[in-house]
Amino acid sequence: MEKIRLTQFAKHGGCAAKIGPDTLSKVLGRLPKFSDQDLIVGFETSDDAAVYRITDEIAAIQTLDFFTPVVDDPYTFGQVAATNALSDVYAMGGEPKIALNIVCFPENVDPDVLGEILRGGADKVREAGAVLVGGHSIQDDVPKYGLSVMGLVHPDRVYKNYGCRAGDVLILTKQLGSGIVNTAVKAQMASEAAEREAIRVMTSLNRKAKETAQKFTVHACTDVTGFGLLGHCSEIASASGAVIEIGAGDIAFMEGAKEYAEMGLIPGGAYRNQRHVQNLLDPGTLEEVYVDLLSDPQTSGGLLFAVPADEAERMLEALERADLGTKVSVVGKVKESGTDHPRICLREKVSIR
Amino acid sequence: MLTVNAMGDICPIPVVKTKKALGELNGPGEIEVLVDNETAMKNVTKMAKSSGADVAAEQLGEKEYRVLITVSEEAAQAAKTAKDSRGTAAGAQNGENTQGTGAQSGNAACPTCLGTVVAVSSDRMGDGSDELGHILMKSFLFAVTQLDDLPDKIIFYNGGAKLTVEGSESLDDLRKLEEMGVEIMTCGTCLDFYGIKEKLAIGSVTNMYSIVETLKNAVSVIRP
Repeated sequence: MEKIRLTQFAKHGGCAAKIGPDTLSKVLGRLPKFSDQDLIVGFETSDDAAVYRITDEIAAIQTLDFFTPVVDDPYTFGQVAATNALSDVYAMGGEPKIALNIVCFPENVDPDVLGEILRGGADKVREAGAVLVGGHSIQDDVPKYGLSVMGLVHPDRVYKNYGCRAGDVLILTKQLGSGIVNTAVKAQMASEAAEREAIRVMTSLNRKAKETAQKFTVHACTDVTGFGLLGHCSEIASASGAVIEIGAGDIAFMEGAKEYAEMGLIPGGAYRNQRHVQNLLDPGTLEEVYVDLLSDPQTSGGLLFAVPADEAERMLEALERADLGTKVSVVGKVKESGTDHPRICLREKVSIR
Repeated sequence: MLTVNAMGDICPIPVVKTKKALGELNGPGEIEVLVDNETAMKNVTKMAKSSGADVAAEQLGEKEYRVLITVSEEAAQAAKTAKDSRGTAAGAQNGENTQGTGAQSGNAACPTCLGTVVAVSSDRMGDGSDELGHILMKSFLFAVTQLDDLPDKIIFYNGGAKLTVEGSESLDDLRKLEEMGVEIMTCGTCLDFYGIKEKLAIGSVTNMYSIVETLKNAVSVIRP
């Protein structure tokens, strides 16, 4: 197989390729609303997947996610895309069961490249304990790959992106910076170590993080992807009427991310995310570079949990013991909930006690 | 004044071009960068600021922005000093070489030096139960994939040669390591001895001279 630079096919890579939240909400607002007494989670709250009750004990989670290449290596791209797609099931508290491939691939490129992409995806599906059973593929000039995933969850234990309460601590299970580091890689300005760390983070399943969290009370959960930490916090804040304080000084970032952000290696999605949250955002006196880092679109990012303060410490320890292979950080806390003025306040430090 | 035309270029090309122009300027002076979107305008501004230059940006039309970068005498001097003191450091502020910065690892003072080398002499780890030894070796190689600081090479010899051939349970981990730039080598004499040369599934075949050379040049050798 000849060496190929997959990212050269794509204008925007990974979750940075997402259509902006402003545009999306405008378009989705015009669609008819569906209702069904067994539909537990629909798209009104911009959650990660649909959840449908089948019996009192079983609900099905249905989700799909695909994107253009974020990395050059086909096998790694397959892993990243599958990890990202599976993550939506974990973000709802579920266990992935069945996955189908979604494939767009150019006719004139070595089919072995596609084989490698699919092998990467299949390996991740297997690691997740789910089964991969075919899919659908079409010809397209820009390669795209992802999965549609069905998972199962107990209807009473579905994680939603709303429901956080005053006093909750926000915990994130992966370090931030993949959008910026991937941009630096494209510019050929990233160090090998930074590139390696980004790949490791993007290919880490959120499985262990979810399994660990299930031993604790979780008031709200989402996975941090294309809208960046700020965008996803703003969804939680809007959906729960919450005022959230974020302590940028305590958040783990990938190696090199801050330096690359200062050099202007920032994907356009980060600015779109900033525009989307600007009405909710109180940036305080925080340096601009942190606003860029916090709004950086993540590809296959970590899970963000809102947990009661008296369980936070123990959950952090348990996540540490679970050996996720990624860095866990306290992102901030929920100051108020159930208000009609949701807000996100950026601070240097936030005391969680 | 240098003009950089980055109209129609998508992120991060305008930043790359600006960095190159700053390198070409290599002293005090002015650069104007033309871009057609706000992201590029903001990113070029940040790039120039981080190099110590003064920056002013203006919007000329609906899809036209001009970023004016002024490198003062002091800023140029500071950049030069920083660059000299860093010597060959990758990603230098005025990097003339925007291609592959930081891609070359290795030690400038000792070009033949290697970092860490892992030498695997058996398909089992430790003495005692063979069954346990197999399990330990498999999890050892997996654990290597999780290291922040990966070894440069892994050499397999004697019983270790069984780990790089078809049917080895560690192939996936070794593939992962190879993708991340770790060189995998197996002793050819050993493959011949066990009659498994045809089955080699990863990395390359090596000989005793090269094994000796590799072990001699390694800063540290890990023997599981």
